Amino acid sequence: MAELRMREALRDAMAEEMRRDEAVLVMGEDVAVFQGAFKVTEGLLDEFGERRVRDTPISENTIVGAGVGAAMGGLRPVVELMTVNFSLLALDQIVNHAAAIPYMFNGQARVPMVVRMPGGGGHQLGPTHSHSFEALFLQVPGLLVACPSTPADGKALLKAAIRDDNPVIFIEHESLYGARGEVPEGDDEVLRFGEAAVRRQGSDVTIVGILKMAHTAAEAAQTLADAHGVEAEVIDPRTLRPLDLDTILESVRKTNRAVIVEEGWPHGGVGANLATLITEQAFDHLDAPVQRVTGADVPMPYSRRLEQAAIPHSEHVVKAALAALEGSI
Amino acid sequence: MADFAPDATTSYELLARMALIRRFEEEAGRQYQRAKAGGFLHLAIGEEATIVGTTSVMRDEDYLIGTYRTHGHAIARGTDPKRVMAELFGRVDGTSGGRGGSMHIFDAERRFMGGYGIVGGNLPIAAGLALSADFKGEDAVTVCMFGDGASNAGNFGETMNLAALWSLPILFLVENNLYGMGTSIERHSAQTDLSKKAEGYGIPGHRIDGMDVLAVRESVAEGLRLAREERRPSLIEAFTYRYRGHSAADPEVYRERDEVEEWRQKDPIESFARRCIEAGVLGERELQQVRDKAEETVLAAVEFAEASAEPPLDTLYENLYVLGEDEGWYAVDERSPEPHRGEHEGNMPDAARELAEAGAAYAAQDDGPRPNPATHGDAQEGTEPEVAAEAEEAAD
Repeated sequence: MAELRMREALRDAMAEEMRRDEAVLVMGEDVAVFQGAFKVTEGLLDEFGERRVRDTPISENTIVGAGVGAAMGGLRPVVELMTVNFSLLALDQIVNHAAAIPYMFNGQARVPMVVRMPGGGGHQLGPTHSHSFEALFLQVPGLLVACPSTPADGKALLKAAIRDDNPVIFIEHESLYGARGEVPEGDDEVLRFGEAAVRRQGSDVTIVGILKMAHTAAEAAQTLADAHGVEAEVIDPRTLRPLDLDTILESVRKTNRAVIVEEGWPHGGVGANLATLITEQAFDHLDAPVQRVTGADVPMPYSRRLEQAAIPHSEHVVKAALAALEGSI
Repeated sequence: MADFAPDATTSYELLARMALIRRFEEEAGRQYQRAKAGGFLHLAIGEEATIVGTTSVMRDEDYLIGTYRTHGHAIARGTDPKRVMAELFGRVDGTSGGRGGSMHIFDAERRFMGGYGIVGGNLPIAAGLALSADFKGEDAVTVCMFGDGASNAGNFGETMNLAALWSLPILFLVENNLYGMGTSIERHSAQTDLSKKAEGYGIPGHRIDGMDVLAVRESVAEGLRLAREERRPSLIEAFTYRYRGHSAADPEVYRERDEVEEWRQKDPIESFARRCIEAGVLGERELQQVRDKAEETVLAAVEFAEASAEPPLDTLYENLYVLGEDEGWYAVDERSPEPHRGEHEGNMPDAARELAEAGAAYAAQDDGPRPNPATHGDAQEGTEPEVAAEAEEAAD
C-alpha cells in the first residue's frame, strides 16, 4: 500500500497500462508539455515521449473522433477533455459515433477508448467549468460510465477502463484530485466495472453517493450515528453503467429506506433514475419514498457563497435521511 | 481529360465496376419504391467515376471512409453487392446484419470503414484511422471522402488542422456534387473553390473532373503517394453530379431539369465506354458483357436479399457492448415490469423478449410504397412509373 493523491493514482494507472501495452496512448489539450490542466498526466511525456503522449489543438469533437478512429484502427487511446463541460462539444463523436459504431456495424468494429474528464463544483469556476454530467452519459447505450471517489478506485477503474474493449466515459471530480488515500501497489489491481463498494454497514437507511458525494454521504452517516442514533449503510456504486443494482437493492431490502446523493441536476438525474429502479424493483420493501439530494437546478454560480449553496452538503443528506425515517425513530 | 492509358483488363474492370454500381443504385431505388428498403436512400448515380477511380488505385491495406451515400464505395472496394442489398432490406445477411441500413454500410475485411449518417462525422474518425496506421508504422493510407456540404462543418477545419499538424497519412476527397442536400454550393459556401478551403490549414488542394475515371485515378494515385511516402495530407475536389435527388424523398425543386440533362451528357460510364471503343481497347461485345454481368449480379443481389431472414429478435442487444469472459448483459435494460436480473445475464430476459416481440409485430405491413419519413402523411409522390405500373397490375 502507498498513500497517493487521486491525480497520482490516475497517472500511475495510465503509466502502468502504457508500460504493459504499446497500443495505449494519451491525447488531449495540454496533456503533454503542460502536464495536464489538473496535472493528472504529469511525467507521462518524459517517460513515453511525444508519439504516445500527444498535445492536441482545442478541437474537442475532433480529438474524441480521432480517438474513435484510432481505436477502430487497433489502438487504445485515453483521451482527456479538460472539463466535462467541454465534452458537450464532442457529444457528436461520443454519442453518434463511439457509442453507436460497435452496434451499427454489427460488431465489425470496436471502440476501446477511454474519455477522461473532470467535473463538479467547488472551485468557483462558474457555469461553464463546474457541471456534473454523469446522468447525460449514463443515458447512452453503448457507453460505460465510471465515477470513482477514492484514489484506489480511481487507479483500479482506470486500468480496467483502458483494458476494456468498450468506449468508457471516465468522470473525475476536480475537488478530489488532491484527496489522499491508500492505493494497493501492483500492476494487477484492476477493478471490475459493475461492483459497488459498501463503505459503511448499517441497518436503518441506505445512502448512495457518487464521486465527491460518496464522501458527503459518509460524512452524513457519521453525523446520523453520532447525533441521531441512526445507522446508515453507505454505498458507492463506482460505475453507473454497468450498475451494481443488486448490492443497492439488497441494502434497501434490509434498511427499507433509500437516499441518493449526487452533485448533478435533479431532473433526469442519476438519483431520478436510481429512485425509479428501486421503486420498481423493491417497492414492497420500502417504508418511505426514496429521497434525492441533488445540486440546485441552476447553472453553477460563481460567487463562493452561491456556489456552496448550490452544492449538496452532509446536512442536506442528514435531513433527507431523517425525512425517510420520519415516524420510525 | 486525362490521357488514355490503361490496358484492356484495367479498362474492362473500371467500366464493369462503374456499370455495376449504376445498375445497383437503379435497382436500390426501385426496391425502395417497392417498400423493400426503408428509411432514407441516397443514390450515387452519376458519381461512379469518382468512386471507382479512387478505389481502383488504393491498396488492400488502405482505409476508405465515406458518407451516407456509400453503397457504391463498398461495392467498389469489393463488398459483395448481395450483402449491400441485404443491408438495405434490413436483413440478417446485410453488411451490418440489418442494423445499419443504407447510410451505415461497413466492411471491415475490405477496410471500408463506413458509411456515416452525420455530415462531417467521418472526418475526425479518418484522422484517427490514419493515426493508428502511422503509430503502428504501417504503410496504409486513409482515404476520407465527403460531400461539399461537409466542408462547412466544424469538423472540417478541426480535422484538416490535426491532419497537417500530425503529418498523417491521409487523403481527403470532396465529392462536390454542387448541392448540400437541396442548397446549392453558391448558397452554402462562401468559398466555392473547395480545393482552397484547407489551404489555410496547410493542406494543399486541387480540382479535378470527377466524371472522368482516368483523371480521378491519376490524381488519387498521386495523393496516395504523397500521403504514403511523404506523410503529406492533401485534398482533391472532384466535380461530380448526382442525377437523382439527395435522397429518394427529394422533390428537386432547387435545380433545373436542363442542368441534370447537361451533366448526363458527361455521363462517366457512357463517356468512358466511348473512349475505350475509340482507343480500340474494348469492343461492343465487351460492353454488352459488362451490362449483362451487372444486370445478372444485381438481380441475384435482390434475390439474395429477398431470401435473407429478418434479424432474430434475440439479437436486439447484440454487439452493443463487447462482453468479457464473465461479463454478461451489459445493456442493463431495466424496462418494466421485469424485475432486475443482474448485469451478468448472458441472454435476453423473457420480459425483454416479450416487449421486443410485441413491438416487432408493428413491422408487419402490406406490400406497396412505404411511407417516406419526409413525406409521410402527404399523398404518395415520386413513385417511379415502372413501379407504379406494377402496383396497378397487382391491384387489378
